[in-house]
Amino acid sequence: MPKDFGIGASSKRREDVRFLTGKGRYTDDINLQGQLHGYFVRSEVAHGMLKRVATEAAAAMPGVHRVFTAADLESAGGLPCGWQITDRFGNPMHEPKHPVLAEGKVRHVGEPIAFVVADTVEQARDAAEAVEVEIEDLPPVLDMKAAVSGDGPLVHDEVPANLCFDWGFVEDNRDAVDEAIRNAPHVTTLELVNNRLVANPMEPRVAIADFDASTGDHTLYLTSQNPHLIRLLMGAFVLGIPEHKLRVVAPDVGGAFGSKIFLYNEEVACMFASIQLRRPVKWASTRSEAFVSDKHGRDHVTKIELALDDDGTFLALRTDTLANLGAYLSTIGSVTPTYLHGTLMAGNYKTPLIYVNVRTVFTNTVPVDAYRGAGRPEATYQLERVIDKAARELGIDPIELRRRNFVQPEDFPYATPVAVEYDTGDYGAVLDKLIEIADLAGFEARRKQSEANGLLRGLGVNTYIEACGIAPSNLVGQLGARAGFYDSATVRVNATGGLVVMAGTKAHGQGHETTFAQVVAEMIGIDETMIEVVQGDTAHTPMGMGSSGSRSIAVGGSAVVRATEKIINKAKKIAAHLMEAAEADVDLADGTFTVAGTDKTVAWGDVCLAAYVPHNYPLEDLEPGLEETAFYDPANFTFPAGAYACEVEIDPETGKVRIDRFAAADDFGNVINPMIVEGQVHGGIAQGIGQALLENCAYDENGQLISASYMDYAMPRASDLPMYVVDHSCQTPCTHNPLGVKGCGEAGAIGSPPAVVNAVLDALNSGGHKVDHIDMPVSPSRVWQAMQG
Amino acid sequence: MTKVSMTVNGKAVSGEVEGRTLLATFLREDLHLTGTHIGCDTSQCGACVVHVDGQAVKACTMFAAEAEGAEVTTIEGIAAADGTMSPVQKAFQEHHGLQCGFCTPGMVMSAHALLAENPDPSEAEIREYLQGNICRCTGYHNIVKAIAAAAAEMRPVAAE
Ligand code: FES
Ligand code: FES
Repeated sequence: MPKDFGIGASSKRREDVRFLTGKGRYTDDINLQGQLHGYFVRSEVAHGMLKRVATEAAAAMPGVHRVFTAADLESAGGLPCGWQITDRFGNPMHEPKHPVLAEGKVRHVGEPIAFVVADTVEQARDAAEAVEVEIEDLPPVLDMKAAVSGDGPLVHDEVPANLCFDWGFVEDNRDAVDEAIRNAPHVTTLELVNNRLVANPMEPRVAIADFDASTGDHTLYLTSQNPHLIRLLMGAFVLGIPEHKLRVVAPDVGGAFGSKIFLYNEEVACMFASIQLRRPVKWASTRSEAFVSDKHGRDHVTKIELALDDDGTFLALRTDTLANLGAYLSTIGSVTPTYLHGTLMAGNYKTPLIYVNVRTVFTNTVPVDAYRGAGRPEATYQLERVIDKAARELGIDPIELRRRNFVQPEDFPYATPVAVEYDTGDYGAVLDKLIEIADLAGFEARRKQSEANGLLRGLGVNTYIEACGIAPSNLVGQLGARAGFYDSATVRVNATGGLVVMAGTKAHGQGHETTFAQVVAEMIGIDETMIEVVQGDTAHTPMGMGSSGSRSIAVGGSAVVRATEKIINKAKKIAAHLMEAAEADVDLADGTFTVAGTDKTVAWGDVCLAAYVPHNYPLEDLEPGLEETAFYDPANFTFPAGAYACEVEIDPETGKVRIDRFAAADDFGNVINPMIVEGQVHGGIAQGIGQALLENCAYDENGQLISASYMDYAMPRASDLPMYVVDHSCQTPCTHNPLGVKGCGEAGAIGSPPAVVNAVLDALNSGGHKVDHIDMPVSPSRVWQAMQG
Repeated sequence: MTKVSMTVNGKAVSGEVEGRTLLATFLREDLHLTGTHIGCDTSQCGACVVHVDGQAVKACTMFAAEAEGAEVTTIEGIAAADGTMSPVQKAFQEHHGLQCGFCTPGMVMSAHALLAENPDPSEAEIREYLQGNICRCTGYHNIVKAIAAAAAEMRPVAAE
């Protein structure tokens, strides 16, 4: 029977009423007394020498308080990168300065050059037009292959061949992999593009900086997934504000998908301006600005080679990737295409030898960083595409080929040749579940029906694995991380038994206020309504790394469990005193403490009251109060895995692809709130289908972004998508965190693109078109061209 | 600056606006009705949908001055005065038709307009009607389910 509260219940979200009635409080809904408004002058060219920025005329316009340029920001540092990658020769990556406002050169369309602050946003925008910017055009660096050739223009003069670093993983495997591929009976090769995307949360970014000269306090309201990280980066590295004088508040956040992890130029400029002007300064991005200033995602070009023996056993895998960094290193731009990508290249398979080579390239485009899945969709896409191609070449059923190579249940824990150890999984069981829920038995009949209607039907089935909750801190530190990867929670119990969980994570649509309350309710046995969850404010939450990388339940949730365990341990001591029993004999269930073998009981609320009104209390042994904090540093990544199936119909007259069916079977380990988990999978699938069929962030030959609005960038609409069949009943709980959870936020976006593209190729081949490859987004014109041979 | 007067969520309101002030801006900045969201600048996303004289309208496509004398309903005016949510709002919660909540006001306003026009829409009709509302979080599955459930809830029960 489904539970109606606690772990495993589809509790309705407590967040919803405020969002449904217009009472959500997003950053743009906040306006401070005396607030000024900022507007950025941005580069309209991709690459050029910044000859002159004249601000006098703008500064004299009505309502204008100041116009800031790079010259004003001399005291500020550049925006730091949070992960130092060492290249395959042992050298540190190149880290050119990432200035807040362009210095000397402009390096991408949209780069901020000047910041105008005025009484109203209209005045600031009008004055921005009066800022005179003189730029001497340079030829833009756009194509990655040309960029690294060594004889073209340079984005940063100090970075030869535009190469930030050349990374080999695992470098010691390189020769053995080369040799295995040379000697293999069969090698399948594929070159493919992982298309550049824009995350496009529906809420654009907003920052309000408020410096109070009377106290020296700095407050920043920000659309952020990780306010503590922003405080650390902005305070310690860029503006030199001590952390105790800088508070970062992320109110309700309207989606992010990675794009609100990073420290951006705009919030630094707002804080700098607020300090100078001693007034609050607000900047709200328009959607048009978001396209040229939010960090983009993906953008890899890869050659992948899979060596197999005659019966389809995988022998070795080699990849060679160019990954676009854009014009500057973003906050985690260096780790996204490396450790978050290379470590996943084993997939669900026992390939004994793997070598991943990634060269990261500076270009005159918007900086590229993590977007839902961040490196893992790129890995999964390459691998699951090349496997289908190998299956066609060897004449083996693609599902069967995968099964033959699966890591088997008895192999866990399984150490891959790309340096990670999978703790649990049962890939065969998940695939069986998929075959059932997707009704693959009915596929041939559906194909016949489509053919009868003059349409081509195809099926794509693939698996995926992902790594969530990046960990542990000491290991990632050795790999170059400049931060820890723990998370935290404080549980503050009130005298009358209600409690507040203060979390270091920050939900932006995932419903943690509900999920974390379920966990604590289950552990103590009290009603969920007695629990409040506070997040997103550095003044009220312990230091944590925020919500990204599907880490919140696996890492943040574990911290909530640990803090609650501490609370329960102390509460048991108090209960033992109240019941005059030995602590070891005290149990807690359903909100009541009992003593084994007696009928003594004391209610949760009475223990809480005793903690704060300690009249009958063991004061010599125990502090009063009931409040505990835990920091949880995970022992390993978690490894959710799954199998996805997509069926498409292609209209051969137009090349238009329609998704007819989509099914996803996932193993997320234990699940706290099935309703929320399914919602996460739906959203991920929609973004994956968007990448596969619709979305593309395109630049023209001058470096102008041509897909810079919703008229040109095809966001998936309701009519582009089917209903999804999802299942998470195959559960192999994580072995190293207290909840046995793995994380579910990115799976859909990781597992779905290869399913869609493989389905398209299957449809085309079933129609007699010998097509091995088609790049995303699979637009009608690309399909049409493929059909014409 | 010109003076505009209109009825918003049943209350008479007025204000001074510039000619270029959008209805969405007037609602958010002057009336502090921040439930109407702004998600784009090309009239594509639908986060700003309100009802003007009973019709669903993108409040970013209309100047405040054009709403002179109109009856405007925003998301803040959809629940009953005692806070009871409408069947559409309830169905969105029940079926998890929202995640971050940013598209949600516009979705709810569009759903009400759809059901006023077509009390028994098919899945395809719901999807078609939502062409002008983008949601990045939910993949639409649960939004479609919620609207279908609300439609069933709101339809008068057929006589036996
Ligand atoms: S804000 Fe009105 S349609 Fe996007
Ligand atoms: S719920 Fe986030 S955009 Fe729809």
